[in-house]
Amino acid sequence: MESEKHTMDVGYVAKLAAIELTDQEKELFQSQLDQVLSYVEQLNEVNLGEVEVRNESAASHDQLRSDDEGISLSHEVIMANAPSASSGCVRVPKIIDQ
Amino acid sequence: MSDLKSMTIGALKAALQEGEASAQEVVEQLLTVVEEDAGRVGAFLSLDKDSVREQASVCDEVRGAGNDKKLLGIPISIKDLINVKGDPCTCSSHILEGYVAPYDATVIRKLREAGAILFGRVNMDEFAMGSSTENAALGVTSNPWRLDHVPGGSSGGSAAAVSADHTIASLGSDTGGSIRQPAAFCGCVGLKPTYGRVSRYGLTAFASSLDQIGPITKNVWDAALLLEVISGEDERDATSLREPVPSYTKALEQTTSLEGVTLGLPREYFVEGMDPEVEEAVRNAVEQCRALGAEIVDVSLPHAKYAISVYYIIATAEASANLARFDGIRYGMRVDGADPAALYAKTRASGLGDEVKRRIILGTYVLSSGYYDAYYKKAQRVQQCIRNDFESVFKECDALIAPVTPTPAYRKGEKTDDPLKMYLDDILTTSVNLAGNCALSLPCGFSSDGLPIGLQLIGNHLDEENILSIAHLYEQHTDWHKRKPEFLS
Repeated sequence: MESEKHTMDVGYVAKLAAIELTDQEKELFQSQLDQVLSYVEQLNEVNLGEVEVRNESAASHDQLRSDDEGISLSHEVIMANAPSASSGCVRVPKIIDQ
Repeated sequence: MSDLKSMTIGALKAALQEGEASAQEVVEQLLTVVEEDAGRVGAFLSLDKDSVREQASVCDEVRGAGNDKKLLGIPISIKDLINVKGDPCTCSSHILEGYVAPYDATVIRKLREAGAILFGRVNMDEFAMGSSTENAALGVTSNPWRLDHVPGGSSGGSAAAVSADHTIASLGSDTGGSIRQPAAFCGCVGLKPTYGRVSRYGLTAFASSLDQIGPITKNVWDAALLLEVISGEDERDATSLREPVPSYTKALEQTTSLEGVTLGLPREYFVEGMDPEVEEAVRNAVEQCRALGAEIVDVSLPHAKYAISVYYIIATAEASANLARFDGIRYGMRVDGADPAALYAKTRASGLGDEVKRRIILGTYVLSSGYYDAYYKKAQRVQQCIRNDFESVFKECDALIAPVTPTPAYRKGEKTDDPLKMYLDDILTTSVNLAGNCALSLPCGFSSDGLPIGLQLIGNHLDEENILSIAHLYEQHTDWHKRKPEFLS
């Protein structure tokens, strides 16, 4: 965004995001997102000089509880939400080729 | 029997305590109006009558045994992205159809402990992405003040239900204005707490560094009480703040004047293209605060105009990661594919709506190799400038007073084809999320065609007591909050 104008290939990015798009969607989203990207170009006019991000959340928020075991969700409860299951396992398409 | 459904939490608490009403009577009145509504307002996505009746009967038994609690017998409706054990939690998305929440969010546990009745799931923009509740995949919600207008969003169902007297109060969530904007559009009070004040455990994440759960209510006192109940440190949310929770209701009851209070008027918040009626109503409210003793000073938030750009980079980046979990494997809907990658892509293609897809794609892009520095890192640095602006104005004033939205509610369909136009609606609310401050919206007038106008009070970090007190005092001297939509009469 510094000097040259970037263009986004919606079809490629959608693949990275694991979303299948129709040609019609690609065309529509491309024009809509190009508009958004051209709007955010306005950030180039901000003089950022020495501005550095202070990680306030790390300083004041991070509070880790002790790593104790506790009651978790039961197998039965988890499986009740699975879209496809058999023999007490979530069914998925084959991951490893023969 | 008196009209219980239109009562505030405060009035209903008193009626229940005095034995003038029972929780069962309250829920029967509400169930009747929701049923008679037959989708005209359409605030609810689901409402389990048996569960509501059972909860009410338990509340009456508890009271009958001589007990009382902060919200005993008070019906509260829940935005459909907060998990309630045993209830659906669809986020108004097809991809979560069939999902049943296996656990309670922390705010829900707290509501239950306070004796509240969980009164149904209310509509929203899909995954909280939108400003009109028109991106909802599972229902249409209308603005009770004019049914052909949008209720705002993304907590549009939460605000519409409160405004139409279809519930007593509700919970929403605010990532870029999603509590304050619908509250303004529907004539309610809506509070976005300081980041970390309320636990996000059990809230379906959109942009984790910005999301906060908060109340939408009929008046300021109710918002203070609900906030009191849901706030506090939670070991299940590492970003929840340790600071003790004050009695917000006590704080506002003690405020009787604005003497000694300095209110900042940010000049950048009176944007070009602002509706003149909105500006007039807000300026009148400013004068009213001056008359109540406040000193008004002009202040500047020079980076406010960049808030939308920063927001749509940071929020979509976080969303692209957070929504990766909706892949059709462990819960929700699934569209089968030959291999896992095809299954994910087909499930997400069919389960997610256009706006959600656009935002995931944008977020993936700004985080992708070669663009991370140009977009995400730069946005973070401008976010720091926005934070610095707030820090510096809060050195000279106690709170900021501003409009919530540039216009009142608009007609349905007016902005659905133009995402950027819809994004620009959030111009006066997103900065607060980016800086982590608290802010509330309360009614301060009506447009000539009868639509509510909201006033925004922005507070420093953890200064909810202050903005609630100012809002409460203002409310005591006005009657905007007492008006009801015409279709109710």
